[in-house]
Amino acid sequence: MTEIATHTTPEVGGMGYSVKRKEDPRFIQGKGQYIDDFNLPGQLWLDIVRSPYAHAKIKSIDASEALKVPGVAAVVTGKDLDGYKLAWMPTLAGDMQMVLPVDTVMYQAQEVAAVIATSRYAAADGVAAVMVDYEPLPVIVDPMKSLQPDAFVLRPDRGPDKANNHIWHWESGDRADTDAAMAASEVRLAEDIYIPRIHVASIETCGCVADWDPIRQQLTMHMTTQAPHAIRTVIALVAAGAGLPIYEQNIRVKTHDIGGGFGGKVPVYPGYVLAIAASFLTGKPVKWIEDRSENLQADSFARDYHIHAEIGASRDGTLNALKVRTIADHGYTDAAADPSKFPAGLFNVITGSYDLKHAFVEVDGVYTNKPPGGVAYRCSFRVTEAVHAIERMVDNTAHELGMDPADLRMKNFIRPEQFPYHTATGWDYDSGNYGAALRKAMDIIDYAGLRREQAERRARGELMGIGISSFTEIVGAGPSHDFDILGLKMFDSCEIRVHPTGKVLARIGVQTQGQGHETTFAQIIAEELGFPVADIKIEYGDTDTAPYGLGTYASRSTPVAGAATAVAARKLRDKGRLLAAHLLEASPEDLEWTNGKFSVKGSPEKFKTIQEIAFAAYTNHPQGMEAGFEAVDYYDPPNLTFPFGSYICVVDIDRGTGQVHVRRFVAVDDCGNIINPMIVDGQIHGGLTMGFAPSLLEEISYDENGNNLAGTFMDYLLPTAVETPRWETDKTVTPSPHHPIGAKGVGESATVGAPPAINNAVVDALWHLGVRNVDIPLTPPKIWAILKEKGVAT
Amino acid sequence: MIPPQFDYVRPPDLDSALRALQEHEGEAKVLSGGYSLLPLLKLRLAQPGLLVDIQDVSGIDGIVETDDELRIGGRATHRKILEHPAVARYVGVLEAAGGIGDPQVRNWGTIGGSCAHADPSSDWPAVLIAARATIVLRSAGGERTVAARDFFVDTFQTAIEPTEILTEVRIPRRGPRVGGAYQKLERRAGDFATVGVAARIVLGEDGRIAQAGIGLTAVGDTPFAATDAENALVGTDGGADAIAAAAAAAAAQSHPASDTHGPADYKRAMVAEMTARALRLAIARARGQA
Amino acid sequence: MSTQHVKITVNGGDLEADVEPRLLLVHLLRDTWGLTGTHIGCDTSNCGACTVLVDGESAKSCTMLAVQADGHSVATVEGLADGATLHPLQQAFWDQHGLQCGFCTPGMLMQASWLLARNDDPTEDEIREGIAGNLCRCTGYVNIVKSIQQAADTMREARNAPAEPVVAG
Repeated sequence: MTEIATHTTPEVGGMGYSVKRKEDPRFIQGKGQYIDDFNLPGQLWLDIVRSPYAHAKIKSIDASEALKVPGVAAVVTGKDLDGYKLAWMPTLAGDMQMVLPVDTVMYQAQEVAAVIATSRYAAADGVAAVMVDYEPLPVIVDPMKSLQPDAFVLRPDRGPDKANNHIWHWESGDRADTDAAMAASEVRLAEDIYIPRIHVASIETCGCVADWDPIRQQLTMHMTTQAPHAIRTVIALVAAGAGLPIYEQNIRVKTHDIGGGFGGKVPVYPGYVLAIAASFLTGKPVKWIEDRSENLQADSFARDYHIHAEIGASRDGTLNALKVRTIADHGYTDAAADPSKFPAGLFNVITGSYDLKHAFVEVDGVYTNKPPGGVAYRCSFRVTEAVHAIERMVDNTAHELGMDPADLRMKNFIRPEQFPYHTATGWDYDSGNYGAALRKAMDIIDYAGLRREQAERRARGELMGIGISSFTEIVGAGPSHDFDILGLKMFDSCEIRVHPTGKVLARIGVQTQGQGHETTFAQIIAEELGFPVADIKIEYGDTDTAPYGLGTYASRSTPVAGAATAVAARKLRDKGRLLAAHLLEASPEDLEWTNGKFSVKGSPEKFKTIQEIAFAAYTNHPQGMEAGFEAVDYYDPPNLTFPFGSYICVVDIDRGTGQVHVRRFVAVDDCGNIINPMIVDGQIHGGLTMGFAPSLLEEISYDENGNNLAGTFMDYLLPTAVETPRWETDKTVTPSPHHPIGAKGVGESATVGAPPAINNAVVDALWHLGVRNVDIPLTPPKIWAILKEKGVAT
Repeated sequence: MIPPQFDYVRPPDLDSALRALQEHEGEAKVLSGGYSLLPLLKLRLAQPGLLVDIQDVSGIDGIVETDDELRIGGRATHRKILEHPAVARYVGVLEAAGGIGDPQVRNWGTIGGSCAHADPSSDWPAVLIAARATIVLRSAGGERTVAARDFFVDTFQTAIEPTEILTEVRIPRRGPRVGGAYQKLERRAGDFATVGVAARIVLGEDGRIAQAGIGLTAVGDTPFAATDAENALVGTDGGADAIAAAAAAAAAQSHPASDTHGPADYKRAMVAEMTARALRLAIARARGQA
Repeated sequence: MSTQHVKITVNGGDLEADVEPRLLLVHLLRDTWGLTGTHIGCDTSNCGACTVLVDGESAKSCTMLAVQADGHSVATVEGLADGATLHPLQQAFWDQHGLQCGFCTPGMLMQASWLLARNDDPTEDEIREGIAGNLCRCTGYVNIVKSIQQAADTMREARNAPAEPVVAG
């Protein structure tokens, strides 16, 4: 296992130490406070009536029986909200979504009415008693059919000049240049790759307690959100649009402990808005906690990309051109929390780890009768889809040319000396050493030995496959000249206060949902300032106190807020130097900083510790200097960061049943400088498992009537400890040259890198039978049908 | 997620439980472990007026091997069955018990509750059908037995009357030259079967198959006996050809539905595959080779 | 709707409440008695986040009625520690980074405590099968297995530790 360098003492616990997590004591004792653990006196409960139809007119809603249920206080419908101009609200992608429908439902499980009651159970009884009369309408679940000229227009609210289901068209790269390069390529391959819809399914569902105080005219929104400040601003905008007296200085969004987010807790769900509206109407706190079925059937999905990819290469294996066209199924509205200039997220990172000089990518968003969403499930803004496509095409190219897939990758990798590397679609990769990561993975797994074993097994008719994925991630959104969400630039922040007794309180603009920020951000400050991790308290998630940030998703916390933290700490260190100079009666240039002390050069016995310096900031600061020891930084990243890695997967296919068994999986990751190796490994284990799951088990699919076929955990199959492979992990370290601490972020790398490794392994196992592509999930029936068709099922 | 309202009683013994069922006939449901009934209540798919919790009813959770039978009380949990020394030689029974749900489910779910619930994809029915087991039902009026092969009538429907409690399951004793197996194809640990095949083979003294029992689950409206396959095996040597013919017959007799576990043709092919695997194991065990 | 009186020994102390028969045990523990360490993660008895021990056997408290637990004992995560001394499982999950968001953790801890009470030296396979009814989305299970292995080692060593020598005289 790779040794990670450290520069502080273990007591300080700066970067590189596997410091045990500071947040764990409450969780292991059952004293975490998640949203459903939080209650306010006098609280009411909100539950939601949902549509069984995927597309229908609402003819009537009869709440009379519901209102008779003991404990039911009110039933709210779309028509009620319409009176407050609250029936529709903007999505984070700039489209519009319904809070409650006024006359038409657009997806199965859509919110139709809200029941407010005095208890959880009464609210559920109320929901069961509401009677809705629907008139079904034609359902569109196939985005290709949705694009046909005679298709039912799902969104008449967009106006007569947009009387179709096409949301947007987006392009990147040079079409003419790519077409020419493709035509000039000796070898051309094309594949249709479908990446199905999946759902984050964090073990905690979404929820809130909306608390409108009519006396103080203040709204406190306790909620599960990965982006508290952005949500506060959105609430203010929606309230303003509805003419409600809820102003941003009087809105406080407060997160509690969050049981997993993975992108699913970014969007503003109707349940949140309904709870706020209910609290405003009743003057009481209103709690809404969705159950698992609601979460799976109505909340933000991920993927659902229909990709057509073409690759051009020369016969010697040099990759030359890449052309990709994608249809993006967004459900009934585009609620994907993408940066506004990137409706397809960062999908154009699709040239991957390769020196691919000609590329063109186009994506078309389409409406269907399904829940809205698109970016979630640890995808880094569509990087999962992009990496899946390029890694599949690279493997197929190798097979087609009779080249080993590792060799073809090595031949085409961007070389270390080529960084920073400007891609054909406009990104500037900061640093990378792709060959070293792949070489390391190959050594660990004994790649050559596996290929020999595969040949022997194949001769016996056994189906063994080896799949590689050498991915480049793109995270840390993002520089203000390109990145905003609903206009809000994607900087992030850290405010550090050092108290007189040398203890630290730091607040950040990002929001952990299990990533360990209370520990890792303390480690950054420990590294920069020498305060022990134990003396540093990290806070986040309360918009009244935390500095404005855009939140945690797309692996942006370390790249952006981590940078802000280091920069703020360095501001303090700069002030500390001046204070130390004052205390030591030396000139600042004559001091050197090591191990939490400023000492006089050449006279190491003359020093002041950072704790002494902090005390002096309050008790003995030089005249003319501002007292106190605080700093804040809002960091606008100059670029994204580009973690990378190489994964190798070995599978064996059961010819009797079509089951795919992952026999081994080696993951070598490079996320630049590592703050906490143990936490990084944990992120990778979890990410690998969330890459394994959609490869073999998970899929949200719909029948032609728009019925969700995997709406509970009985059919939406999360992996248990039994089938989850025993991940083997290692590292290389290639720091980011532009990041203050050289770190790149890692939260989603494994979810990005793993599926193509597994997919490639299965195709590799079947290539000799004439198979060229199999879409995930690689379920036994799907594989078995191929085996049967090829005559090798037993 | 939230059940509808109902009344609840916890009778102290079998007689009072049976009386409660009789008094509230039609609107009372028996609550045993609860791992089949509670999920239904939480989905509001069942709305009984009264739950009769039989956790305090003693005398119907024992496991004993007699001269002729392995007798398992209806309130025996899956885990108790899995771990009981009397069951140790009944490998097919162990394989079924160990694959039901997950450890928590096995701690509380009971064989009686599971059989009375009769999910068309549940595991016990296949084993009991293959073993030609007998199911014992008690009511306030007395006791009767029903052959397992006649017990599972339709989807979630059994021969049990609303006033009856399933008190015991009786499996023929495993003598020499008897072997059993249960093969469950599932999508993931803890899942209901995509296809489940139980096999029980009795060899004659000449080593040829004297009796065959094959129970299938998840591939019909209700679990059933693959009688064509059974008949095809009797008198054969139990070799590869006989097994293949039986497997094909079992598949032909199945009526799987296409669903999220897989398309019907896949399931039918898997009936053949899993029947072959179950038979190979059962025959080997009957020969004392496994 | 009439209520019934229940009395349950929770973590060694008796608690009582008047409940509707339909009240789920997990809601009694969380909403009525404020023991919010036990969590709810699904509605089809799959995820195991609600796992507690009832009479020492692990159970999904979302799949049990409060009235079913009347007269029985329930152990929740709040009762694992001995005052300020963490249970070896809690210590191990902390040492081995066996949790990230923490939401599945109480259920994992209770299920692991049941597993180790029956098998004090489980193999990795036995551990993975033992927690097959507990879903985790964050950790990929690797460190959960390590945590349970560490706890098993600690608990076995404590049990096998030689008794204090008796001083003669």
